[in-house]
Amino acid sequence: MSGSKSLHDRIARTVREIPRSGIRDFFDIVSTRKDVISLGIGEPDFVTPWHIRDAAARALDRGQTSYTSNMGLLSLRRSIAAYVAKKSGIEYAPENEVLITVGVSEGLDLAIRALIEPGDEVIYHEPSYVSYNPIVQFAYGVPVAIQTKKENGFRLTRDELEAAVTPKSKLLLLNYPNNPTGATLSREEVEAVAAFAIEHDLIVLSDEIYDELTYDDDHYSIISVPGMRERTIYLHGFSKAWAMTGWRMGFTCAPPELTEAMMKIHQYTMLCAPILSQEAAIEALEQCGSDVERMKQEYMRRRNFMRASFEEMNIPCIEPSGAFYAFADVSQFGISAHQFALDLLEAENVAVVPGTAFGACGEGFIRCSYATSFDRIQVAMERIARFTESLS
Amino acid sequence: MNELLELVRKNGRETSENLAKMLGISEEEVMNQLEALEADGIIRAYQAVVNEEKLDHSLVTTVIEVKVTPESEGGFDRIAQRISRYAEVESLFLMSGTFDLLVFIKGRTMHEAAQFVSEKLATMAGVTSTATHFMMKTYKLNGIEMQSGEDDERLQISP
Repeated sequence: MSGSKSLHDRIARTVREIPRSGIRDFFDIVSTRKDVISLGIGEPDFVTPWHIRDAAARALDRGQTSYTSNMGLLSLRRSIAAYVAKKSGIEYAPENEVLITVGVSEGLDLAIRALIEPGDEVIYHEPSYVSYNPIVQFAYGVPVAIQTKKENGFRLTRDELEAAVTPKSKLLLLNYPNNPTGATLSREEVEAVAAFAIEHDLIVLSDEIYDELTYDDDHYSIISVPGMRERTIYLHGFSKAWAMTGWRMGFTCAPPELTEAMMKIHQYTMLCAPILSQEAAIEALEQCGSDVERMKQEYMRRRNFMRASFEEMNIPCIEPSGAFYAFADVSQFGISAHQFALDLLEAENVAVVPGTAFGACGEGFIRCSYATSFDRIQVAMERIARFTESLS
Repeated sequence: MNELLELVRKNGRETSENLAKMLGISEEEVMNQLEALEADGIIRAYQAVVNEEKLDHSLVTTVIEVKVTPESEGGFDRIAQRISRYAEVESLFLMSGTFDLLVFIKGRTMHEAAQFVSEKLATMAGVTSTATHFMMKTYKLNGIEMQSGEDDERLQISP
């Protein structure tokens, strides 16, 4: 038909204007090549522990193929409440304060949509997970990025928070242990953020998906700070510590009013998380300790190895104290992070993610994931060393 | 648990440089600890884990349950030592339960293994009975999966 708008023009403006993820672009380049050693993968290289897979298979055998309650299986919510209480000392009622979501990504989306009105500001810190900014925009909120600094090890400071806050600020989105930097916050630093949130009456979304993976000090959750439970949505899931990315299992813990609001959106959009994944998650929590510990041990050795290898190359790293990423500072080579990643791929067939995929302040850095086998990491580090020698 | 020991159990050929980096200690410290483990007789040897099925002339593993009469002096130890002297014997354990010793032997053929049992083991003074099992297929050996390969099917780049 003549005169009709192009399909592209019919796409909602917000969606049209948000660029697709830089990770996606880089993935397209990498996937054209063969035999790449990838340090660009943001998920565990372990397969989900067998007893968890087995629990899902048994559930399937029993014919558990139905919907569950919108909130998720009550037995799973009970296990989650017990798990969170054991870690943080904070109790949530399984009946109305725990919601099972399809990955943390859904939890995040629900939380933002449940709270944000057009124009409300959401403060978050970059470098950050790639979804934060777009999810806020999809909800017609205004993302306000704090560019954390390498001098501070990309840890959020009170001063930076104070500079970002305005009368329109409604939410603070927090992610430590951090993807992509591997940074963690100390208890004192968490308390400072909490004091800020209380003073400015903000609600905090705390994405703590990597909290099991800290290597030097125990993780301290912001929900444990007095006065924070009532203003925090705690986001967590099974992907990282239990190596369950493909199961898409996440959960939120929050006061009843907030949980109810999120549940409403979840109910009308997602309905419920897949029942088999929920059954698997119950098993993960009932029998978890040793698997998580074993994988964490392995990550720690790889981290030590990667850190020591970068040290030998005189490439500084942000102290990789959590998650499974080393954020390495390659600014000394005088090319952009993006160019560095492209040239490294071209010269040595090693894939890393340029820090700029996670925000402008990631310039000069590359994210190297150590969620890959030790042998591959070893070869990758040799190749990076050879590559950087060729640059200097 | 000794972390270094855990790592060399998995890979006996890991370089001391890599071990040092993984554990966050010096290479010298790695060498010292390994020497101490060897001197104390904790580490007895470093060996390769071989997938016999891939070899043209693979060796047959035979497992023999052995009942013995313990000697008044030396108990099971002396007869166990006599059995373990045979080069064919790869492993030997004292067990609880319905038999006493569990013997693993390696031979070129089943016949060779049967011969060892009937001529050398069953006739030994103190041995009262044997039950012989031939190993058919190895699925996992020393913690290593022997049948499946390692495939990484993850996306090459993900957030």
